Order: sequence, then structure tokens, then C-alpha cells
Amino acid sequence: MLLSIQKYINYKTPTATLAFFRLAFGLMMAFSLIRFTAYGWIEKLYIVPQYRFTYYGFSHLPRLGNYTYLLFLICFLSAVFVAIGYKYKVAISTFFLSFTYMELLDKTTYLNHYYFVSVVAFILIFLPANRFFSVDAYKNSKLRSQFIPKWNVDILKIIIAIVYVYAGLAKINTDWLLEAMPLKIWLPGQSDLPIIGSYLNKNWVHYLFSWTGMIYDLTIPFLLLYKPTRYFAFFLVVVFHVLTKILFPIGIFPYVMIISSLLFFDSKFHIQVLKYTSQIFKIPFTKFQNNQLFTPTIFNKTGNVVVILFVVIQIVFPFRYLLYKEELFWTEQGYRFSWRVMLMEKAGYTQFTVVDSKSNEKIRVTNSLFLTDFQIKQMAFQPDFILEYAHILKKYYEKNGVNNPKVYAESYVALNGRLSRLYIDPKVDLAQEKESFKNKKWILPFNDTIYGF
Amino acid sequence: MKKVLLLLFASCFVLVSCQNSEDTNPTNNESFDRTAMLTYWADSFIIPDFTIYESKTVDLETKTFSFNAEPNAANLIALRTSWLEAYKMYQHVQLYSLGKAEEINFIQKTNTFPTDVVGINENIISGSANFSLLSQISKQGFPAFDYMINGLGTTDTQILSFYTSNSNASSYKSYLEKLAQTLRIDSSVILNNWNSSYRATFIASNGNTVSSSVNRMTNIFVKNFEKNIRTAKVGIPSGLFSNGTTFPDKVEGFYKNDVSLILLNESVKAASNFFVGSVNQNNARSFKAYLDFVNAKRNGQNLSDIIATQFNTVLSSNNTLNASFSNQVTTDNSKMISSFDTMQQQVVYLKLDMMQALNITIDYVDSDGD
Repeated sequence: MLLSIQKYINYKTPTATLAFFRLAFGLMMAFSLIRFTAYGWIEKLYIVPQYRFTYYGFSHLPRLGNYTYLLFLICFLSAVFVAIGYKYKVAISTFFLSFTYMELLDKTTYLNHYYFVSVVAFILIFLPANRFFSVDAYKNSKLRSQFIPKWNVDILKIIIAIVYVYAGLAKINTDWLLEAMPLKIWLPGQSDLPIIGSYLNKNWVHYLFSWTGMIYDLTIPFLLLYKPTRYFAFFLVVVFHVLTKILFPIGIFPYVMIISSLLFFDSKFHIQVLKYTSQIFKIPFTKFQNNQLFTPTIFNKTGNVVVILFVVIQIVFPFRYLLYKEELFWTEQGYRFSWRVMLMEKAGYTQFTVVDSKSNEKIRVTNSLFLTDFQIKQMAFQPDFILEYAHILKKYYEKNGVNNPKVYAESYVALNGRLSRLYIDPKVDLAQEKESFKNKKWILPFNDTIYGF
Repeated sequence: MKKVLLLLFASCFVLVSCQNSEDTNPTNNESFDRTAMLTYWADSFIIPDFTIYESKTVDLETKTFSFNAEPNAANLIALRTSWLEAYKMYQHVQLYSLGKAEEINFIQKTNTFPTDVVGINENIISGSANFSLLSQISKQGFPAFDYMINGLGTTDTQILSFYTSNSNASSYKSYLEKLAQTLRIDSSVILNNWNSSYRATFIASNGNTVSSSVNRMTNIFVKNFEKNIRTAKVGIPSGLFSNGTTFPDKVEGFYKNDVSLILLNESVKAASNFFVGSVNQNNARSFKAYLDFVNAKRNGQNLSDIIATQFNTVLSSNNTLNASFSNQVTTDNSKMISSFDTMQQQVVYLKLDMMQALNITIDYVDSDGD
């Protein structure tokens, strides 16, 4: 066992694979940041809102106001530098920090694929991705190495495999498989599409999509790993993600996953792509082919420990929901950062009443005076948002002369085609409740069971 | 590498061709025919309702002319009847706040209550109010008309005196005429727009984007029930938005006073009819049909039936109320509150369950999802 691990660690592979991924990742990120800015989303999501919803422990992270644009610019430039491999370590660290900072600012905008970007960027900090086909390696012959230990590439494959497999496991539940929920709700909305549109109202199609989605997620990493099925797997990846792109508003994520899956190809493919790129830009490709093997320094070895620990955390973390007894979909305790992608249809209608403790005066809160439409929508069905908003209201009304304000929620939530029902105990003064990782007792029981992961 | 590129190009081609042809929207039996629904809404609800409404406002204008020519008790009674008929019909057309109606602030201009009595009196003296201005919104429409024919005095004789013996009688007459004229012109402008170009525009926007007609109409439908019906007619007078302080003077039709229930019922029936669509028409394609088409079932029942039943619950709960909500809030406000609660439940069904089942978004933010 130990011997085979030792043997594995010494396997080498062309650095071209990692360099290809670095180039593709940097370009995709640069493009997606331009897209985000061009849609006016910086303004809409980071500057316009008066209040924001924070992650537990990150409530003091300063907002940047108009400087958010500067943060985006820094993030964009670092992505470009990552792509060309210029001052790589600084560039990828800056990219990771600026991108993650943006995400930590407001959880209203949480998306699994943003989390994926942060995870990959973090790992890339520790990988020798600039040793080949980069400005750094071009300038510095000592840095140049044509080969690296194979695990440096495998670690990224593991991360991609985790995303798929956990997304697949999450689909093994009775709502997804036996009720075809939420696809039963989502697909008919697209019935105007040509060719496939007319099928999207059919019940059997909802089941077909649900089951194939689950099987696809669980098997695709292995089909990509196994050489004889690789081309077929890539074909499936393209079809699957193009389909999701057509059916759902999921931005650039499909492209990110399609490009990322190219990592599984034989390094000959990556070398060819890089060679071709060299021809176009007149880069002396042979300069990088120095037959050197990258040997890790002490610093690299500390990095390796960090990366391995990080991967272990990635494997364990999505299971933290098991620590909570109540239904995960209902309470969402342990829902985020677990690759639960497009998994449920949940919406809410939540109104608040603020009561003056002395005079008993009641004020019905108009949500739109405090939150944007998008925030109201997200707040209405997520308990941690509801609690944080209750505290925003308490603070606001205290400042405006209400004595020790009590805050009550009237909240209805509908999940996966169930009739809406009361969600938050209307008798609980949310101003007295504190955010923590403990079970939120003021969420009313689900009174139904969804079996599975 | 060639294989990979080939695959990529092939799929990109499929993607692009699919996206480009999104707006061709073929009609087939398999998908819900939004074009048919929009056509049904336009031809069986919106245009007929506005046609009737316009005729009611024409009648109101005519009766106003007769009254101004001969301000006597009989003409005053005829004018009131005409006013109430038009006001009832308004409860139907307030639902269609898009296109021209939205552009000219039809809802706000026609039915902002309580009306601004001080402002009206100033307008009468000055004789030069521009009703298109936002500042004039609470000085016109049915509530202002209500004041002019029911609220100037406590008896008919007193009221009539403003149009006969009062030193400013001619100013009162011309203000009344201006109110009637504005109601009639607004309804004509909207109806003409529907009859000329807007019908086609409305029906052509048959996609499922946030700006498409179905999405907009659904949002307007829900918002109308929540804000214009639940909050304005019942919530505010019963003190639910003011810490229990009731407002007998903020009811709809305050000066006539015994019509709040009639107007409320009319608006709920209008919403209910629009939701169900006409029962005896084969082509009745409204929200009920749409919900049934996507097979929206909740707790073993059709969601459409749950909502239709709730409309009946709302109506029967409302019918326990006094004809005058001013009386109701002062004698037994708890009935007002329980009426509000049944409507609140309906708001939840419409805004949450129906919108979710139809996959229609309530917000106008177009960010990514995952």
C-alpha cells in the first residue's frame, strides 16, 4: 500500500495539461467578469441594495460601494494574468481573494458555481501551473519544467468529480426520483422551444430527465476517467450542459463545466492545443520543451499538505446536514456549499410586524423600503435570511423611536409542488433569536418526509 | 483534437439554432397555447370590459350634462345611479393596468381614495387643474365625483344648492363636468388603443420572459388583488396598517357610504371570473386552464380548485359585512379583519402557489440561477 502510494507520487505527466487548464480557466473567468459587469449586475447586486445578507462570521466584512468596480477590475486583471501565467502565484492568489471577497459580501447572490470557482482558484494557488507555456516560464528558465508529478492534475479531477458525484447523490431523494420534482414544474415553462419543446409537458419526460440527470452526475467522472468511454463521456457532457443552458438560466456554468471536463483528456490533446495557440501567436513552443521534471521544494510540500486537507474537507463538508434532524430542504441547515445544484423549487411569501414593547404599537413592514426585489425573493424562503432581516428591522426601528422592538414574521413557503404552509412560528420574537449553527427551533415542522440523501 | 473540436462546434451550432428560433414559437397541442390565452383575455375580457366601461363613462358624462343644465333632485339621483354603475364597471377594468392604462396612470387617476377635499375645493376656485399631473391624482376620479354628488352637504337640498344658489355654482358645475369628461376621455383613449394596435402587440408578446404579456398580466393580476383589493378596500380602513386605528373615512365610496361592499364584491368577482375564465366557453383559457394544463396538484386537489374555492370563501366572508364599511369598522371591526385574513390566504395562494406552479417570476431581476 505505502509502496504503491510512493509509486503513484512519482508518476509524472506533461505540465501542458495543467497549463492548458490555467489558460482556459483564466480566460473563462475574465470573460465571465466582463459579462457580469456588462449586465450591470455590479450596480444592481452590490451597490443599489441598502442592506445585505451576510455569511455567519463575515458580517463585518466592509462593503465597498463604488469601489466594488475596482475590486472587479483587480479580479479581472488577475484572471488575465493567470491565463497568460504572468507573476502567476501573485495573480492566482489575488484572483482567489478578490473573487471570494465578492462572494462573501452578500449571500443573496450565492451560487454553487461561484463556490466552484473559489474552490478551484484556491487549489490552483498551490499547483505548479505556471511552469509551462507561461510568461513566467518563458522569462525564467529555472521555472520551466516540461513534466510535473501526475497528482497535480489528478487533484483537479478529484474536485470536478466531487462536484458531479455530490450533485448526483443529492438527487437520490424521493421528491426528485419518485415525484419528478422540481423538473415537473420547471420543464413545462420551456414548452415553446423548437423540437424538444412539445415533449417538455409530458410526465414521462420529467421522470426521464430526473433519472438521467441523477445517473449522469454519478457516472460522468468515471466515464471521463476511463479511456475507452472518454469521447462518449465528453459527448454526454456537451449535450447535458448545452441542454441545461437552453432550459435554465444558469449563466456561464455549463461552459465552465464543458471546458473543465477537457482536463480528463490525454495530455497529447492539451499539447496540441497549446502548440496550435503558439503558432497563432508566434510563441516559440519548443522553448518550454526542456525535458525537466518539476521537483517540489519545502514550500511546495507544505502546500501539498494544505491541498490534501482541503480535499478531505471538501469530501466531508457536504454531509454536515446530517447533524440536523429536520428536513434539509425545508430548513436549509447545511444546504449551501454542498453541490445541491438546481435541486428544488422553493418560494416564499414573508411579511413582518414590528411591535413596540412599551406601547404595544404594531407596524406592518413594507419590505420594498428595505430590500431589493431580488433580496425579497431570496429572503422569503431562507430562515437565515429571515432572521438577519428581522435584526435589520429591529435596529432600524429602535433608531426610529420604537421601544425595544419585537419582530414577528408571517411566512408562507411552498416546496416542490406542495401547497404553501406557515413556515416560521408567528409567535416567536425573532429579534430575540440569534444566528448560530444550532438548530433553528422557530422554523415550523415540515410535516412530510423526503427520503434519501 | 479534431474530434473534440468537431463535437464542440456541432453542439454550439445546436445551441445557437435553438436559441435563435425561440421566438418563432410554434403552436402545437402539446404545449400550453399562450397565444390562445392572450387572445382569449383580449377578446373575452379586456376589450369587452373596456367597451362596457367606456359606455358607462359616456353615460356618466351625458348625465352630468343633463344635471348641469337642470340641477334638480331627479337629475341628481340619475347622476348617482350612473356614477355607481360606472364605478362598478371600473372594478373590472382596474385589472388591466398595462399598455395605455399603465402609461396614463389610469388606476391612480381613477380611484385614489380618500379623495383630497381641500385640493378639490382649491381646484374649483382656481378652475385650472391639469388632471394629468401626478399632484392631481387624489383630486379626481370616482372618489372626487363621489364628494361632488354626495359629500358637499348632508341633504340633497344642501348639495343641490352648490350647483344652484352658490356664488361659485358655475365653477362647481364645470369641475363636475371636468371629472366626468376625464373619466370618459381616459376610457376612450385606452379602448381605442386596444382596438387599434395594442391588441396585436399584447398577443404577439407570447413568450415566457419577464416582459412577456402572460408574465406581466399575471403579475398585475396578483398585485391588483393584493394592493388594490385586499389592502386598499379592507386593510387600511380596518386599521391593519395603522396599529389598529380604524379609518371609517378611508373606505371606498365614503360619501355615498353604503356602497363599499358592492364595490368590493364587484372587484372580487371580476378577479375570480378572470381567474376561472367563462365556464360555458370551450376556448376559456385562463389561469385555471393553465394550472390544470401543467397539472398543478396540491394535497391531492387541483390547485385551480383550491384557488377557485378560496375566491368563494372570500366572497362569503365579505357578505357578512355591512354595506357601509364605515359602519362596519366602528361597530364590529373583527369581521373586517377576518375578511382580510381570507383575502390574505388568497394572496398567498396566488402570489406563491400559482406563480410557482406556472413558473412565473415575481421579481424583475434577471440574474443567474443554479
